[in-house]
Amino acid sequence: MTRHIVARTSDIPPGGNKVVGVEGRDIVIFHVNGEFFALLNRCPHEGAPLSKAACVARLTSPEPGVYVRDRVGELLRCPWHGWEFDMRTGQSWFDPNRVKVRSYPVAVARGEELQKGPYVAETFPVHVEDSYVIVEL
Amino acid sequence: MSDVIDRPILEQEKPAQSRLRIIDCDVHPSIHSHSDLNEFLPKRWQEHLKTYGSHLRTPYIGTTPYPRSSPLIARRDAWPPTGGPPGSNLAFMQKQHLDPLDVEYGILQVLDLFIFSQQNLEFGAAIQRAINDWQLAFWSHRDPRLKASILAGQDDTQLAIAEIDRCAKTGEYIQINVSPRANEPLGRRRYWPIYARAQELGLPLGIHVGGYGGHAPTGGGWPSYYCEEHQSNAHTVAAQLTSLVLEGIPERFPKLKIVFIEGGFGWIPSTTWRMDQHFEKFRDEVPHLKRKPSEYVKEHFWFTTQPIDEPDEAKHLRSLIEWVGIDRLLFSSDYPHWDFDDPRFAFKTPLSEAERRKIFNGNARAVYKF
Repeated sequence: MTRHIVARTSDIPPGGNKVVGVEGRDIVIFHVNGEFFALLNRCPHEGAPLSKAACVARLTSPEPGVYVRDRVGELLRCPWHGWEFDMRTGQSWFDPNRVKVRSYPVAVARGEELQKGPYVAETFPVHVEDSYVIVEL
Repeated sequence: MSDVIDRPILEQEKPAQSRLRIIDCDVHPSIHSHSDLNEFLPKRWQEHLKTYGSHLRTPYIGTTPYPRSSPLIARRDAWPPTGGPPGSNLAFMQKQHLDPLDVEYGILQVLDLFIFSQQNLEFGAAIQRAINDWQLAFWSHRDPRLKASILAGQDDTQLAIAEIDRCAKTGEYIQINVSPRANEPLGRRRYWPIYARAQELGLPLGIHVGGYGGHAPTGGGWPSYYCEEHQSNAHTVAAQLTSLVLEGIPERFPKLKIVFIEGGFGWIPSTTWRMDQHFEKFRDEVPHLKRKPSEYVKEHFWFTTQPIDEPDEAKHLRSLIEWVGIDRLLFSSDYPHWDFDDPRFAFKTPLSEAERRKIFNGNARAVYKF
């Protein structure tokens, strides 16, 4: 696995996302509840761009008339047919064992750490005062 | 983990031998606002629209009785960046849909203003006239790939025929659209003059799902959920196919071509098998039928493919296609609606090059004489 510096943390506001090209793949990085998640930007169904997905909450119902809404903003709802995926794992909500979006490990690192290490991308100047989002694939 | 689906499954592994352009039989343009129609709508009806608006048989004027899963039933990525509702901006439609998918022809299906559900039939007819003109001025004339359909709600047969005649004179429209949910089943005698005129003019009859007539959309009554109501498109179309066949429309108007749009096709095999079965037992009740119902279906009717059925096993989709008949299917995307089918990924079963050519282009080319 190679680590790729793909964005400044400040590039992606909370609740927003950014599409980056890494090794010929479109990867979408989501920023939600202080965390970053990276997924392939294609729905496994018909290829819709997940960057246009609605970020929704998980809605479950343990019994009729009782609803639980949690993990606000962590579920993706595909912009076309509404297939839902867990942003954390890429697993689909309706068929988690069989259908998933490819997901990638994400890290956040401070610029000063990156400057020293082997991760400095030539095309991406690193400023020590910022934090960066790093995707592994 | 090898059977985990984590990318779209291509129906064809290898690229087509030669470029295959798409004929998309269901593209939805939309007005920006009612004022788009002003130049095509007489003052009297502009005032009516402003003062009274729609009069439908369903509640919740201004929205649909079943709130949809996404705003304006649309793909979330189909809102034009310049504003306005999905389907309202030609340049964006070209950039997002027509150009990248190499659409050779796109057939316009207008659903704005509940066109076929207006209970004031004169008002409905005025809107249909305006939208028929608007389709040419705003769409076909600006992008000749986009082909217009004559909207002609059939519950006032005379108004419908007058509008068909007015539009047909231009030679620019490629089909006549009637409602799938009229006041009576579509095979009923009161609608025959429309079918006679369509046959004379050599224009196919297009029946796009949607709208609300005076009846519940299912045989079982009014559904509770959108999820449930969405199923009723197939029920409605199955009922109308049955009515048209058993009332003998193909026998009475043998040159009339009828296209069902957005009803899918998974329900066709059992509907036709059952009609055949009953025909064998009760043929003396319907002596106007000279042949088995399935034979009429296989010669006079076509069906657009979206929303495509997605059985768990690809081979079952393959069987469905074979039972319905490759020659009966016309590709449609339903752009920009949420249940859009992408021609590259929607058919999750192998098709030969010849079959692809028929479904994605050749069949529609023959039906619409492109």
